[in-house]
Amino acid sequence: MKRIGVFVCHCGYNIADTVDIEKVVEAISHYHDVVYCVDHKYMCSDPGQKLLQKAIMEKKLDGVVIAACSPSMHEETFRNASKEAGLNPYLCEVANIREQCSWVHKDKEVATEKAIKIVENTIEKVLRNEALFPVEVPIKKKCLVIGGGISGIQAALDVANSGFEVILVERNPSIGGHMAQLSETFPTLDCSQCILTPKMVAVSRHPNIKLYTYSEVIDVSGYVGNFHVKILKKPRYVDPDKCNLCGKCEEVCPQIVPNEFEEGMKPRKAIYIPFPQAVPATYTLDAEHCLGLVPLRCGKCKEVCDQDAIDYDMLPEVVEEDVGAIIVATGYELYPKEKIPEYGYGLIPDVIDSLQFERLASASGPTGGVIRRPSDGKIPKTVVFIQCVGSRDPENHLPYCSKICCMYTAKHALLFKHQVPDGQAFVFYIDIRAAGKGYEEFIQRVMEEDRVIYLRGKVSKVFQQGDKVMVWGVDTISGQKIEIAADLVVLAMAIVPNRTAPEIAKILKVQIDEHGFFKEAHPKLRPVESLTAGIFFAGAAQAPKDIPEAVAQASGAAIKAVSLLSSDKLYHEPLVATRDYELCSGCGICASVCPFNAVTITDEKKSKVNEALCEGCGTCVSACPTGAAQLRNLRDDQISEMIKAILRS
Amino acid sequence: MHVAIQAEVEKKKVLNENPRIVAFLCKWCAYAGADLAGVSRIQYPPNVVPIRVMCSGRIDTQFILQAFREGADGVLIGGCHPGDCHYVSGNYKTLRRVKMLKKLLPQLGINPERLRLEWINSSEGKKFAKCVSDFVNTLKKLPPMKEVLSDDDK
Repeated sequence: MKRIGVFVCHCGYNIADTVDIEKVVEAISHYHDVVYCVDHKYMCSDPGQKLLQKAIMEKKLDGVVIAACSPSMHEETFRNASKEAGLNPYLCEVANIREQCSWVHKDKEVATEKAIKIVENTIEKVLRNEALFPVEVPIKKKCLVIGGGISGIQAALDVANSGFEVILVERNPSIGGHMAQLSETFPTLDCSQCILTPKMVAVSRHPNIKLYTYSEVIDVSGYVGNFHVKILKKPRYVDPDKCNLCGKCEEVCPQIVPNEFEEGMKPRKAIYIPFPQAVPATYTLDAEHCLGLVPLRCGKCKEVCDQDAIDYDMLPEVVEEDVGAIIVATGYELYPKEKIPEYGYGLIPDVIDSLQFERLASASGPTGGVIRRPSDGKIPKTVVFIQCVGSRDPENHLPYCSKICCMYTAKHALLFKHQVPDGQAFVFYIDIRAAGKGYEEFIQRVMEEDRVIYLRGKVSKVFQQGDKVMVWGVDTISGQKIEIAADLVVLAMAIVPNRTAPEIAKILKVQIDEHGFFKEAHPKLRPVESLTAGIFFAGAAQAPKDIPEAVAQASGAAIKAVSLLSSDKLYHEPLVATRDYELCSGCGICASVCPFNAVTITDEKKSKVNEALCEGCGTCVSACPTGAAQLRNLRDDQISEMIKAILRS
Repeated sequence: MHVAIQAEVEKKKVLNENPRIVAFLCKWCAYAGADLAGVSRIQYPPNVVPIRVMCSGRIDTQFILQAFREGADGVLIGGCHPGDCHYVSGNYKTLRRVKMLKKLLPQLGINPERLRLEWINSSEGKKFAKCVSDFVNTLKKLPPMKEVLSDDDK
């Protein structure tokens, strides 16, 4: 026999006006297993809670029902009070007779009848509730950061500065990401590399950061607090510890290929350093373009290396790490140019994209910071900038706004005008989106002080005519057709997720949205978290972002990771799914419906729930054909008895 | 039994003055929406008694069938709108189950109109009240489930 106590709250007149409290108490007192039933003016008040606690202790109650307001109001209050009185909090339930009864009905008789039904079905639940304790999970106090752009760098530094170890994995030979390619940053015109490289150096020197460049995450298993990560270290054929950057290898290398860092506007050798400030400061031999490592066909670089740093026999290596949290900062890339043939990109040499323009304007770029057009190296006099190339074009390309193009285009136009004061810059735009600190002022300055001409409209065609690039468009404000003979055309290409994003999403089992950006747990309130516990997002991997936003989100992700790593153990709500191995047939349906990847099928063909990952939705329970799956404190038998209680006449 | 025959059979019976509805409401959306109806004091018929579940995905078809067997005149399932599920996709699973069950119910002699799935979010107190009212009106036109059940026994 159970000893159930029921406490009926008047809530002043809120309940008592419509529900006959006396009748409820009378009816419930005679309900099976109820040993104590009492009413009180305000159960949530201090005296109300004291009444509850006293009854639990004196009447030796092993389950209580508080018939009051919605559980979303005071379930926690009453559970805490019960706990203090020595009753397991999961043996306390709230019957909602206010929001879903007294407040929505006027007829006292039927409302009272309904209130009794509500209390009775809650009693049936409590009778079958188990005492539960939070699930404890140990935590590995390390954080993995995937991607070494500004977001990954910031997140890694923040976590490392909080005293936790960080594993930073970057696919390319150097960290720095796209920010290392930029010339100056809007709206302050800080030199991008000058503000980035100290952070890159800080990463390389930080005692808490282990840096894996030219490496990729190939497998992640486990769950929050306990991820097991496999990292593939691609061979760079140069020992970073020995390489002293003398550059002799590069001089003798006969293989010339386009330089990715310079966006193809400058060549590099097969053995190369992406850019002078690269971290780690070392050469990398690109095996794909080397004349041949196996069998060795050239070997010139090794011959000239004084340091004996080159080793053609280096092999790919897989390292394994255990981490508690993961931050994904895989960043963005530009919309593929092949998809926009109408603007002549790739066909007309003087049509370039925004990252190429960044390199042209960068003091360390292929032209030493002098803006020259690619075809003949002349300094252009007329430059046309086209915004929203691929963005905001739901019919043909991408529906979303790439967010940063308005600002960087204005910056490009300004940099050009500062170099070529007698030149003319035109910007084709749809709308100007300059919502940021100092952004609108920057745009105004570009328009008014630097006399950049803004044309509201789209460009229909770009084609070569002699040594000019003809741009046909329309100015929708004056209603005129526009024809500009330009020397250089710069396309503000849409921003798309990094090409590795789908693979990373698959490895991490996190979701991506319809455009391939990582999907946050909640668009408003949980913007840096994934739905998988312990995995966070930073920067443009989640959505197009400018630098300050990316940095802010990176710090946000870092603090989420740090707060997770700071605890010794993770406590998880015990209301999770369970399995009866006798009944389980190992069919795997439960694993297929679980949105949190909390269910696995063991080698013995049994379903297993990871309590740390299970959120307790119960979808697997109703999908289970054998009844092996159950949900703690909301088992099939409980719901079944609740239904009976409601329909008993 | 075929739907048309079913309807015929039910037409002959006395109508139901006081239908009883069991409502399975997900904690995050529909239950919160029902709470909001209360906070906003939106009145609706008292024929419905709620059972709070974490997710509409928890609602096994056997609960629905049990409710009918125990004499429920209607079963209301309230879940989050598609795309809003707190557990990502539980509501889609429910949708599939309910669609399937609605096809099977006539074969058990139960009018599929007795089962209703509604997407109600936590700000749709009005919608919850309206759903209940509409549902009660629909069920009033059908005979009491108890008589349908006793017919089956004969």
